Amino acid sequence: MDINVFRGLMSVVLLFAFLGIIAWAYSKKQKKSFDEAANLPFADEAENDDPNLDASSSLENKKHD
Amino acid sequence: MSTAIEHSTYNYKVVRQFAIMTVVWGIVGMLVGVWIAAQLAWPLLNFDLPWTSFGRLRPLHTNAVIFAFGGSALFATSYYVVQRTCQVRLISDKLAAFTFWGWQLVIVLAAITLPLGLTQGKEYAELIWPIDLLIAVVWVSYAAVFIGTIYKRKTSHIYVANWFFAAFILTVAVLHIVNSMQLPTSLTHSYSIYAGATDAMVQWWYGHNAVGFFLTAGFLGMMYYFVPKQAERPVYSYRLSIVHFWALICVYMWAGPHHLHYTALPDWAQSVGMVMSLILLAPSWGGMINGMMTLSGAWHKLRTDPILRFLVVSLSFYGMSTFEGPMMSIKTVNALSHYTDWTVGHVHAGALGWVAMISIGSVYHMIPRLFGKKDMHSVDLINVHFWLSTVGTVLYITSMWVNGIMQGLMWRAVNADGTLMYTFIESVEASHPGFIVRWLGGVLWLTGMLIMAYNVYMTVSSKASEKAAAQTA
Ligand code: HEM
Ligand code: HEM
Repeated sequence: MDINVFRGLMSVVLLFAFLGIIAWAYSKKQKKSFDEAANLPFADEAENDDPNLDASSSLENKKHD
Repeated sequence: MSTAIEHSTYNYKVVRQFAIMTVVWGIVGMLVGVWIAAQLAWPLLNFDLPWTSFGRLRPLHTNAVIFAFGGSALFATSYYVVQRTCQVRLISDKLAAFTFWGWQLVIVLAAITLPLGLTQGKEYAELIWPIDLLIAVVWVSYAAVFIGTIYKRKTSHIYVANWFFAAFILTVAVLHIVNSMQLPTSLTHSYSIYAGATDAMVQWWYGHNAVGFFLTAGFLGMMYYFVPKQAERPVYSYRLSIVHFWALICVYMWAGPHHLHYTALPDWAQSVGMVMSLILLAPSWGGMINGMMTLSGAWHKLRTDPILRFLVVSLSFYGMSTFEGPMMSIKTVNALSHYTDWTVGHVHAGALGWVAMISIGSVYHMIPRLFGKKDMHSVDLINVHFWLSTVGTVLYITSMWVNGIMQGLMWRAVNADGTLMYTFIESVEASHPGFIVRWLGGVLWLTGMLIMAYNVYMTVSSKASEKAAAQTA
């Protein structure tokens, strides 16, 4: 294959990969699991064994809407 | 340090060690920065000794700030974040301790060899081959600890910060190993296995991705944890963070040639580098906006919380330097900016404004938690530190913009008969005021770091909160 054809194909493949990632990230199906993931920084506080450490942030599952 | 209570689940010991060393190496690295800034203003300060000459201290500065200060901050935060978001202890305490002591040894060896003039002569990869080997071993251990910990996580998701940290760790391993391929001729000397323009391309593929992954991706990992945490709300858009991640990772790799405009590198490669750099603006700003918007509905916190201010202002400087960078990648702009102080100003907009400020914000967030205290000793002193850093950064970059553009214009100015209008030394003389202002900015920064050290010391050693913490332990 000519190197330039290869380069052209690569660009197309990458473009579709990018669109694929966007479609996946913004699909409805992922919404719930992403919301869970987004709250992971706060998740270890509820069952925290040293409550004084994070007493300031007792907010669970806050969401941006 | 030994007085702090052990956490029942997490390995906080190694995080504490790295967090403290972040402050220590920050002071050392910036002290050398202030020194070389002063040398440029007052050359007398070279002392006519080889060991204290600018040429040897400059790589000492870059290694100390990037790898010792930035590196320690990255180790500390990545170990902290991965444990807390995976809800497990690091996979191996021994290996984690090895990464700490190994990394400190690398730094000490760097501090000895560089002033002695032992160098490979590759920017940001100056260290001689035996140290390179040690770095490789430490780094692979770091990767094992970090990825091993993700592997045994208790949560079902891998939080996005960990993606950025993992990408940073893996990429730096590849970059370091490929760029350090050497044929040793003695214990302290070696030749690169690459030749000519290939060597240059490999070096700046390394150099640029060191910026992209060491100085950016890892610190974005910090952003995705500490900004939400300090603002007490989840990141603005988790979806955007995923697109941000993949876009940044994919584009960064190709932008390196913008360091080699108008060199022996083939023209097409320069143009690819330029286009990729322009594209890079999009994921960079996507990430910045995601971090900033996390504060929506919580902007009032900025008024009272200097830690949050550090984090948010670091994002502004990130946005600024990632706007400036693509502009400087345009070949015609680069024709003016290259070799001038403009580049140095750009570097420090990123290094001081972004890297240092987000690290400092993160360390202030972690220290009380790591040592079982309620708060930092003095919030007012954090505020003072914040202003010293912000004003220092502004002084640094504005003086370098003025110097850089002036130098670029002076160097290219020609008389009607085609001869140069200015000698080089005239441009150096004209830069003198700018050098002094930059030095002043550095002094403010250093003062801020010393205040931080005091504040951290008082927090860690405070008796009162120790008791309070002991009660709840
Ligand atoms: C007190 C703060 C600092 C001062 C006064 C300072 C000063 C300097 C000076 C004078 C130079 C040499 C410029 C030249 O050759 O013309 C330099 C280079 C450099 N510094 Fe700093 N620095 C500081 C902090 C930092 C920090 C925190 C970082 C990184 C996290 C950093 C990264 C660099 C880099 C990467 C270079 C090389 C730039 C290039 O090759 O274009 N500096 N610094
Ligand atoms: C979209 C993002 C960015 C782009 C496209 C970009 C582009 C550039 C360009 C064109 C140069 C000048 C090369 C030359 O003329 O020699 C440069 C230098 C540099 N940039 Fe950036 N930049 C970006 C972001 C950053 C950030 C965030 C940092 C730091 C944290 C950074 C650190 C550096 C360093 C250290 C150098 C100096 C390298 C050297 O010559 O020693 N850059 N960058």
